[in-house]
Amino acid sequence: MSLQTAHPGKPRVAVHKFSSCDGCQLSFLNLGEALLTLAERIDLVHFAEAGPLDPDTGVDVAFVEGSVSTPEDLERIQHIRAHSGLLIAIGACATSGGIQGLRNQAKGAEWVAQIYSHPEAIASLERSTPISSHVKVDFELWGCPVSGPQMLAVVNARLLGVAPRDNVDKVCTECKRQGYPCVMVTHGIACMGQVTRAGCGALCPSLGRDCYGCYGPAENANTDALAMQFGHLGLTPEAIVRRFQSINSQAPVFLAAANKLRTGSHD
Amino acid sequence: MTERRSVAIHVPVLARVEGEGALDLRIEDGDIAELRLRIFEPPRFFEKFLEGRHYTEIPDMVARICGICPVAYQVTAAQALEDLFGVELDPWARAMRRVFYCGEWIQSHSLHIHLLAAPDFFGCGNAIELARIAPDEVRRGLRIQGLGNELMDLFGARSVHPVGVRIGGFHGAPSLARIRDMRDKLRAALPEAEALIRWAAAIPVPQDDQVFVSVATRHPTDYAIERGDIGASDGLRIGADAFDAHFIERHEPHSTALFSTYHQQPYLVGPLARLNLNHEYLPGAIRALLADIGFVLPSRNLFHSLLARAVEIWLALYEALRLLDGYRVPDSPWVPATPRAGVAIGCTEAPRGLLWHRYEMDDAGCVVNARIVPPTSQNQARIEEDLRLSLLNFGLDHPDDALRLHCEKVIRNYDPCISCATHFLRLNVER
Repeated sequence: MSLQTAHPGKPRVAVHKFSSCDGCQLSFLNLGEALLTLAERIDLVHFAEAGPLDPDTGVDVAFVEGSVSTPEDLERIQHIRAHSGLLIAIGACATSGGIQGLRNQAKGAEWVAQIYSHPEAIASLERSTPISSHVKVDFELWGCPVSGPQMLAVVNARLLGVAPRDNVDKVCTECKRQGYPCVMVTHGIACMGQVTRAGCGALCPSLGRDCYGCYGPAENANTDALAMQFGHLGLTPEAIVRRFQSINSQAPVFLAAANKLRTGSHD
Repeated sequence: MTERRSVAIHVPVLARVEGEGALDLRIEDGDIAELRLRIFEPPRFFEKFLEGRHYTEIPDMVARICGICPVAYQVTAAQALEDLFGVELDPWARAMRRVFYCGEWIQSHSLHIHLLAAPDFFGCGNAIELARIAPDEVRRGLRIQGLGNELMDLFGARSVHPVGVRIGGFHGAPSLARIRDMRDKLRAALPEAEALIRWAAAIPVPQDDQVFVSVATRHPTDYAIERGDIGASDGLRIGADAFDAHFIERHEPHSTALFSTYHQQPYLVGPLARLNLNHEYLPGAIRALLADIGFVLPSRNLFHSLLARAVEIWLALYEALRLLDGYRVPDSPWVPATPRAGVAIGCTEAPRGLLWHRYEMDDAGCVVNARIVPPTSQNQARIEEDLRLSLLNFGLDHPDDALRLHCEKVIRNYDPCISCATHFLRLNVER
């Protein structure tokens, strides 16, 4: 699919939800007056939480929030792919499987049986997986949640007919730009910023606390070095595993780092 | 009475609610044969993967249950754990927890009123259409919603999954300059909120009185938000630790959320339940305004829910302004906490109603097991009961589209957060 506008007129846009907290689509609903401006510039075909319901009409751009976690999801994501020009996965659930991906390390069926008195009525896959595990994804916007400005930048790039930009740099670079003192160097706090993708604006260090990796792995993340440093700061191996196994537990780089620690091959 | 008829109405995806639900209605021979609010939002097993987590991780993890009310989850968890650990918040942190929570009420209520609920009452399919006929009102609503978000930003750096809460207080404290700026905005927003209340009160709604029990958090001196006991309109007053003796959850096959009952009855939580129980704690200015517009409390008409949200927006703005008066940056925004084994229980008023948490903790400060009862699963049985009563009151002989719209209006009165409701699935046995 070309990034040029396929036809003149307002681009048709859909927002779809899979397993999620609704927080990423909320970045549209939290745009304030910009939401009304945006609504005049695009044709919002499907966005259940905002009202429009039409999952079957073809669209130029589909934003997909949430992870694939039920048998019905498997079919629905194929349907969306077939009816969408650009498919953009937004947020940690859609890009890494999300916090609910933590169940991938456990036995999902056993959990269902423990929780529900009618387990047969619950359709849930064993694993929570990102959109890219099932269909071609044209662009991924990481973050838990993605921010309004990030979303607007993507929509505006599309309106201008240019490729959206991606920030794969580390949170550390954002701290430096903002002039925040390093919480790890100055206070010995076990911060994930060195391996975490930028985009949030280093919000956690701005409050003097640790980044906890909600934007997922950055490019060239040196998780071995960070795990070793966490060890020097006094974290137990179990605590270090938990640092990598949180919001983006199934992101390959974080999962590999955790598995390496679990099997004890880290030194 | 016109001819008896049989119809089946299926709304496969409910629009303008948070999360995924559907409605099945079957009318046979002029009577309701089947009525189900189906919640099919997939389960996310939060309570299971909280097991083994350190207490310091809990606020960031439970936030992810809901993008619309993360503050409610963070503050309830913190309150429960601080109580177990014997942590006494300093007065600054205690006041700012309430301010932070007010931000979420303002944001969530204004979003619900303008983007989700109000379009129904103006013949519009969504807020964009509503903005064409009521542009000033929708823009005012979006501004108020934005101010709620800003208030959360002050303490949490962002409004969806804020990062500021820690056990013992907050990670950081906003500067005096930012608070001064916020006070100006809050002061300017109060007349806007009053105009919103008058606008909401003028929206014609059905007269649909029903008998139900209201349940909400109650506090001896405040309109309860971030702390209090649990009260009911039949006179019940219990501590949060006695919840299980009066409230029961069960699983129905047509829903991934659990149903709660109070003494085997459906019950109401949320803004109208809170106003019904706690209206005497409203400030005098707002009570005068309610008298002026003729809003009599307690109310048995769930169609007053939109107005109730507008009233709580005013209250939240007023409370935030009051608590930020004379603001000083504290020496430390948090006090240290030392974990202790035991059971941590807490409850607060999420925008949609009572939210109850229980964590069994080990002596290393890690979760042994967790249970969370969100407002929407508590309202689920009440919504089905209301739909049944309200449809009979409305009349089953209306055209299908009118019946469907009426059902959707009834459901939206509760502002169901299906994402929340589904994410609290716990060890449960049929009782």
